[in-house]
Amino acid sequence: MAAERLQASGIMESSLHLSIGQEAVATGVCDVLRRSDLIATTHRGHGHCIAKGGELAPMMGELFAKSGGYCGGKSGSMHIADPASGILGANAIVGAGIPIALGAALAFQQRGQDDVAVAFFGEGAVAEGVFHESLNIAALWKLPILFVCENNGYAEMTPASIHLASTDVAAFGTPYGIPAASVDGNDVLVVRAAAERAVSQARDGAGPALLQAMTYRWRGHYQGDPETYRSREEVEEWRERDPLARLRAAFPEAADHFDALDQAAAQAVTAAVEKARSWPDAEAAALTEHVYAASA
Amino acid sequence: MKSLKYWQSINLALLEEMRRDERVIVLGEDVGLPGGPFGATRGLQKEFGPGRVRDTPISEAAIVGLALGSSMSGLRPVVEIMFMDFITLAMDQLVNQAAKTAYMSNGSYAAPMVVRTLAGTHLKSGPQHSQALEAWIAAVPGLKVVWPSTPADARSLLKAAIRDPGPVVVIESASLYTSRGEVNVDSDDVAVIGQAAVRRSGGAVTLVSWGGAMARTLAAAEILAGQGIEAEVIDVRSVSPLDHQAIGSSIRRTGHLVVVQDANGPCSVGSEIIATAASRYFADLAAGPSLLCPPFAPVPSTPGLQTSYFPSPDAIAAQVASQLSRPTENQ
Repeated sequence: MAAERLQASGIMESSLHLSIGQEAVATGVCDVLRRSDLIATTHRGHGHCIAKGGELAPMMGELFAKSGGYCGGKSGSMHIADPASGILGANAIVGAGIPIALGAALAFQQRGQDDVAVAFFGEGAVAEGVFHESLNIAALWKLPILFVCENNGYAEMTPASIHLASTDVAAFGTPYGIPAASVDGNDVLVVRAAAERAVSQARDGAGPALLQAMTYRWRGHYQGDPETYRSREEVEEWRERDPLARLRAAFPEAADHFDALDQAAAQAVTAAVEKARSWPDAEAAALTEHVYAASA
Repeated sequence: MKSLKYWQSINLALLEEMRRDERVIVLGEDVGLPGGPFGATRGLQKEFGPGRVRDTPISEAAIVGLALGSSMSGLRPVVEIMFMDFITLAMDQLVNQAAKTAYMSNGSYAAPMVVRTLAGTHLKSGPQHSQALEAWIAAVPGLKVVWPSTPADARSLLKAAIRDPGPVVVIESASLYTSRGEVNVDSDDVAVIGQAAVRRSGGAVTLVSWGGAMARTLAAAEILAGQGIEAEVIDVRSVSPLDHQAIGSSIRRTGHLVVVQDANGPCSVGSEIIATAASRYFADLAAGPSLLCPPFAPVPSTPGLQTSYFPSPDAIAAQVASQLSRPTENQ
């Protein structure tokens, strides 16, 4: 939300694809992961990166095109990557992270590790061929990967019913023999439980699983999107199912604790913004750095 | 030294690198049990097992993405795309993903992967099994492309590609698969990517080529020698990065440049070589350079048509003779 305000006021120039409203999926899944598990995420990946352990200052630094950003300020919001936190990267190409996460799972299997890979994607990605190719290979080779579909009902500006013959993404597990579940993506405890089951089975060598989490994004596809494709009533309806509010409501005795967490989070973000803005801008000399990988 | 066929050298390189480094794995269609459609991966699955040598479904996008993800996670995959024409199905993972992995992560990730593929083949398989698309890959920052024309280079360039810290596309010529050459099997011969080789010395003209067209270029040089014209033949070996300096040094001695390729002309590697030479080495050129390439049409499948499609030794020799007899600026 800080990024949203900063971009709106012209202070930040990065393009933004916000995941406000979808917090429970990122948090519920990442809470059961280790640092050494690897995730691949989408153009709408800020939430996943934070939940996986990405640090706020380098994330903000990337949005502000600062040299201290995760990608030296050269890649922007859609490509945040951090090996230390186990983030393979956000990705601007719909569906592209799926086979990449699959490759990480292959490496784990090859080395006999019990780490797992997680591919986050939206229901729009289900229409990409590479989604099906990846499920097929994951099933054939029993790779330790969790495919997590955040079904927020819209691929860019188009509702799911227009672009998916089966809007129930969990059904796509069946042709490949991949166990699948569909959960309320705005209930963080339910998401967490489903993820924990799938991840522990994958660690035991059971192979892939598919999890569909039904959720909603509060903002447009991108910041600046006029959102002519959905009604304000629909947005309001989903705002009433705010995952954060629901968690609070489930534990009324912990109200003070939640307040403290909210405050700490706000402070952390403010501090991250300040720190990021204090860094130097990405330099022109950096333009041609890392085009080729350096020798080991 | 041992006389090996081109495909045997590829096989040897894979064997050596897989023995040397347990992170090296092989993926592709028909690579495991069948040993590859042309024998390049023969015997590998038997020695290293089905975990390290995997037969994949026909899913070019996913298998290149898989290779990328596994290379970001510590493996050194060598993925085979059976015919270069099929690389089109993997272009997102190659161009948008692998090529940019190091750049987009500011060096915190690398993609040490190899894509091996057969191109510019002279099989009778027609327009969708014969293309030389090296220009498409060479045009992308972050990707290296090599194309061996001898068995020794097939081994040394593949070894270099496997050991390279980034993504390398190794193009192989089916037309050269059974050609023989001397290979120094007792030495760990690893080429330097970006370094051309002078195959033949001469002072009259610089002939530049690579891959499958090399053999015909060398044959043209023999025809020219019979006419008293000694050609210098340069094998670029590395399509990207290109060794412009080697070409420039040669032009300084010969004053003439003729490039021979099996790929279509417009926006090609040959065009790139000529454009660079014309701007950097203009003062050394006695005449305008030439590009010998097929007509701007897809590759036909009939053998007879193919012979007139790809630049032949006679056509190459005729072009050189014509270029050398052109009036120069200074006359």
